[in-house]
Amino acid sequence: MKSAEEILAAIKTALPEAGVELVPNPSPSAQHSLRLDPAHALAVASFLRNDPELALDYCSNATGVDWPGKEITEKVKVTKVVDGVETIVEETVKRVQAGYLEAVYHLYSMKHAHREIAGPVVLRMRTVNRTDQVELPSLTPVWRSAEFQEREIFDLFGIVFTGHPDLRRILMWDGFEDHPMRRDYVDPDDFEYEPTPHDEVLKRAEQHKANTGVTA
Amino acid sequence: MTATDLKSYRPPVIELSEEGDELLEVAMGPHHPSTHGVFRMDVALDGERVVRLKPVFGYLHRNHEKIAETTSYLASMPYTDRLDYFCSLTNNWAYAIAVEKLAGMEVPERAQYIRVITAELTRIQNHASAIGFLLQEMGASGTPLMYAFREREKILDLFEALTGSRMMCNYMRFGGCRVELPKGWLEQVSKIVDGLPEFIDETEALLTGNEILMARTQGVGILKPDLAVNAGVTGPMLRATGVNYDIRKVDHYGIYDRFKFRVPLGDHGDIYDRYMIRILEMRESIEILKQAIKDIPAGPIMDPKSKIRGFRPKAGEAYGRIEAPKGELGFYLISDGSPNPYRYRVRPPSLINLTVLEDMCLGRNVADVVLIFGSVDIVLGEVDR
Repeated sequence: MKSAEEILAAIKTALPEAGVELVPNPSPSAQHSLRLDPAHALAVASFLRNDPELALDYCSNATGVDWPGKEITEKVKVTKVVDGVETIVEETVKRVQAGYLEAVYHLYSMKHAHREIAGPVVLRMRTVNRTDQVELPSLTPVWRSAEFQEREIFDLFGIVFTGHPDLRRILMWDGFEDHPMRRDYVDPDDFEYEPTPHDEVLKRAEQHKANTGVTA
Repeated sequence: MTATDLKSYRPPVIELSEEGDELLEVAMGPHHPSTHGVFRMDVALDGERVVRLKPVFGYLHRNHEKIAETTSYLASMPYTDRLDYFCSLTNNWAYAIAVEKLAGMEVPERAQYIRVITAELTRIQNHASAIGFLLQEMGASGTPLMYAFREREKILDLFEALTGSRMMCNYMRFGGCRVELPKGWLEQVSKIVDGLPEFIDETEALLTGNEILMARTQGVGILKPDLAVNAGVTGPMLRATGVNYDIRKVDHYGIYDRFKFRVPLGDHGDIYDRYMIRILEMRESIEILKQAIKDIPAGPIMDPKSKIRGFRPKAGEAYGRIEAPKGELGFYLISDGSPNPYRYRVRPPSLINLTVLEDMCLGRNVADVVLIFGSVDIVLGEVDR
């Protein structure tokens, strides 16, 4: 198997408009990944599978990662007029960096399995944000092993895969509303099921009873 | 990417026998004796024939991944035992390999040998019980399963002597193993390994040429190699289709390049081949065990640089995988430099092998569904996590 840099070069020659970039991995594992542009992801994926030299016919693992938005505090120098004189003042500015969801795929080649020992080829795609633009193209048409795994990502992270043949919840039940693997997920307020509520839980249980009108 | 690409890997649509016939929809499970736990298959039947089959998961879902993200790296080790509770030692190894890749740790020689010995013992007892359960589902109530469990008990006793627990072993650590082998343990292993070929011969004498077994399994539940590769099927199920892919040979993780062993391959990809592959893999595991017991060196069992308390790998990510008895078991970890993993993902072989369940069952009778499902060899603790 080839290194991430070589695969990136191969993609750039075959699909120059595809917009793939290398994401370095600083850990000792050195499993660098390729970030795909969602618009060209399906074309790149089928190139990786069908190219006889690469033949990445086996998508081992597909999973999601949640990266919530961060508030970044920065010191910025601003020119201001203080007492009629222009001076440079340092101001702290708070900036919100938008969060996003990420889908990660680990590929291997079964055709060239015994050629060389190497790590997986890692693909990643990012959504625009975490709330209303969470669509990514499904790679199930290329590797069917992603079918259940993309359903799981949809279920637990809330990424909507367009082009998936059967996108339903897989582990949680159909009526469930939230996405439990998100970093900011909060347990639902169903403390009436707590058999012996005490301390903080008791307070919340009472609050819950007051809110919902449940008396039992 | 064209639509035909997608179509070729989707289950075919089965034609109904007569127009206007009503389909019978049956929910097999979640409490069905053949479902190996709590698992449901929504089956649509035209007479006895299966025309649609949708697996329903999640009855055992506990969000293992979320729990692991709220606790330290080490604290997840005992939790991995509960994934595939038949094979806790290989689960431990897969997790340890992922963390060792993430943190760049070395494992001492002796610990590598201990890992191979425990993993191959695990493989033998898993395959023996898988065959026992398969025969149970075929109607051979008790006998083959009890023969398999008789051998499994001996191996579980070894695990108990080594780790203190029969099934929830929690034995491996990042950079080695938890405790040194007890006195006389290797001799015990060697004695039991010497007795295993007799057990396999006995099983084969009863089953391999058995007319009923052949009639029920040959040509049933056929899986084609190109679909198997595309659907990410791994383990004995993949090799039964004839694809030569064993991660022990591909990745040479641990010290598997030092042992001489063969990778058995099937021809037809039916249930009978899956049964045969498991028998042959047990024989190869015995060969590996004999070599490992002979060569195991003395020395430390832990990397002296490894840190048990306050373990914080540098920011980054790693994917580590091994050939577990059921297929490729992988762990994907992202570290942000804190004591807890930022992302912890289990790649379960049982769940992904079920992707092709519908393809194998379509057009077969209901009675075959139970067998085909049994031949996949799953554990629900790993499917639902």
